Amino acid sequence: MSLAEPTTTLPGAPEPILSIRGLVKHFNVRLGAFGERGATVHALDGITFDVFEGETLSLVGESGCGKSTAGTTVLRLQTPTAGEILYGGRDLAKLSEKELRPLRADLQIVFQDPYSTLNPRMTVGEELAAPILHHGHATRKTVAKVVEQLLADVGLPARFASRYPHELSGGQRQRVVIARALGCRPRFIVCDEAISALDVSVQAQIINLLQDLQEKYGLTYLFIAHDLAVVRHISTRVAVMYLGRFAELAPSEDLFRMPLHPYTRALLSAVPEADPVVERSRKRQILEGDVPSPLDPPPGCRFHTRCPMAQEICRSAVPEWREVRPNHHVACHFAGPDPAPGLPS
Amino acid sequence: MNAAPAHPVAAVPESAPARPPILSVDGLTVEIDGRYGAATIVDGISFHVAEGETLGVVGESGCGKSLSMMSLVGLLPNRIKVVGGSARFGGKDLIKASKRELRAIRGGEIGFVFQDPMTSLNPVMRIGEQLMEPLIYHRGMKRAEARKRAGDLLRLVGLPGAEARLDNYPHELSGGMRQRVMIAIGLACEPKLLIADEPTTALDVTIQAQIVDLVKSLKARLGMSVIWITHDLALLAGLVDRVMVLYAGTVAEDAPVDALYAEPLHPYTRGLLASIPKLTHEGDKAERLASIGGTPPEPGRRPKGCPFAPRCPARLAVCDDTMPPLLAAAGARPGHRVACHAVNGADRAIAAAEPAR
Repeated sequence: MSLAEPTTTLPGAPEPILSIRGLVKHFNVRLGAFGERGATVHALDGITFDVFEGETLSLVGESGCGKSTAGTTVLRLQTPTAGEILYGGRDLAKLSEKELRPLRADLQIVFQDPYSTLNPRMTVGEELAAPILHHGHATRKTVAKVVEQLLADVGLPARFASRYPHELSGGQRQRVVIARALGCRPRFIVCDEAISALDVSVQAQIINLLQDLQEKYGLTYLFIAHDLAVVRHISTRVAVMYLGRFAELAPSEDLFRMPLHPYTRALLSAVPEADPVVERSRKRQILEGDVPSPLDPPPGCRFHTRCPMAQEICRSAVPEWREVRPNHHVACHFAGPDPAPGLPS
Repeated sequence: MNAAPAHPVAAVPESAPARPPILSVDGLTVEIDGRYGAATIVDGISFHVAEGETLGVVGESGCGKSLSMMSLVGLLPNRIKVVGGSARFGGKDLIKASKRELRAIRGGEIGFVFQDPMTSLNPVMRIGEQLMEPLIYHRGMKRAEARKRAGDLLRLVGLPGAEARLDNYPHELSGGMRQRVMIAIGLACEPKLLIADEPTTALDVTIQAQIVDLVKSLKARLGMSVIWITHDLALLAGLVDRVMVLYAGTVAEDAPVDALYAEPLHPYTRGLLASIPKLTHEGDKAERLASIGGTPPEPGRRPKGCPFAPRCPARLAVCDDTMPPLLAAAGARPGHRVACHAVNGADRAIAAAEPAR
């Protein structure tokens, strides 16, 4: 784990809004039928990155890679085991709950499941008003107007304020959750699989909504997802995670056009494309086996157990986080600036 | 585990008339008994599956894709029942079959793979026992023989460790390994038809690629027919021979796979395909995704005519009160059927309806 120097500065890009340095999150768990064995889940093992104002940075990877832990830890919904979260000149990792509270309005999150994140006994209006009143963005008298504006922002009619969550469809609920986050006038929103539970035809509506709001309010997104086609569509930059570490981080187009890490390439090759002709002619690189357990991650490069290119050094030495092309970072002993031959383009 | 190339399997032209259907469903109608009376969930759907064919059934949640398939074999929850239609399979009508007959078919001639292997496998039973059960029940094998065959099956589905895993419990396996066990159970009695209900939805994309590869190679080796139920149109593209698109309990479109993706005809199918972002598409970031406004109607609140009419960009006056019949689309490729007034012309709908009445 290296606390490497700040990663990328996009040419002409705005200042970082958030800077994450060597973020580590371990969970202690009890195993065995009676919890007689202690163990540590290495959910996040030293990740370093910046998030720039107005961008959409996506975190992708398979289940258990630590992408959701990254999202919640960055917001200090969980206390990191080590590392720094720099926001507005302060380290969120070191602040107390009380010191954090005023900052919480700036940093919001939208979760995957709009069914469990809305209070079933509160109307949409009450749900939306609560954070606005808490942060003092309106008074009891003026809050109804603000709620109406929020509903309009997310494409819902004002009469929805008197509805209960069970009266809404999944897509409408997710719109309410997004409106609730907006009510705090945030600068930064973590979208943790925010569209994964929605049907395809509704998913596109919510993606468009997120992009419209980003433009209108200059929002910055940390977009956590496993659907790579959606990620390509929405992202400025993409980070690929594997077992608690970054494998690759690059501007979206570069990552999809020229993936350098063998894991990224395998991941991209596994995604089906909605075109039978393309599918038939495609050379697919299928990874063997499963992701190893984060309870006992392999030494060296964490991907070496499934990597088609693994050599002796990969089993012992952790690959350095290198910038191999401009703004294109990769953690692999063998990745060069050119894509390896024989892989699907 | 290198699959037999998928190409020759998928490329068999649909027009080849040789393969007889092993399953023919006609006018299947399923209802749910709700608090406010019965509501139709599956509204008279008709389709067939040819021998050795893979049919993809695609639709959004609540469109009836799982229920229609489960109703064929009597696996419906309480309060939901088949109220009409027939399903010919191996000389029998599955809808009229007795419980005893269905029991002989389920897991014997028709195998299943469900979405969630964690809840579909018995957590307190070793996987060997779960694999042996159908072999002993349907094939009358002795325990020793069944155990040997169970080991063979695990090797067939490429489970690492194969025989050594027979004494494992489901929780000792990963999600991908459990799904391989589910597939082994589904295939245990060499079924003529395998019904796979979202078998990869809960899995990661690299594991999904493994499972899709596995099913394709097994199909090529065993020559069975497959019905693959999913909400993922991208997944079906490289996997099936034909696609049936369901919307609100009706068949919107039914077409050979190439025709469906190259020339989708139903406005719903077109909307769905347009709303999927493309992985290989190098587009403008500012570009908006095409989306279908609104949401699918709930059962019991479906409109009188075409269920898609309220969301449809091509809606005609006739769509509001007349359900369009599923017809071979004029000028389209053979086997391409669509239920849409705008595509088929409302006059054709009336002509088609008349002789039947």
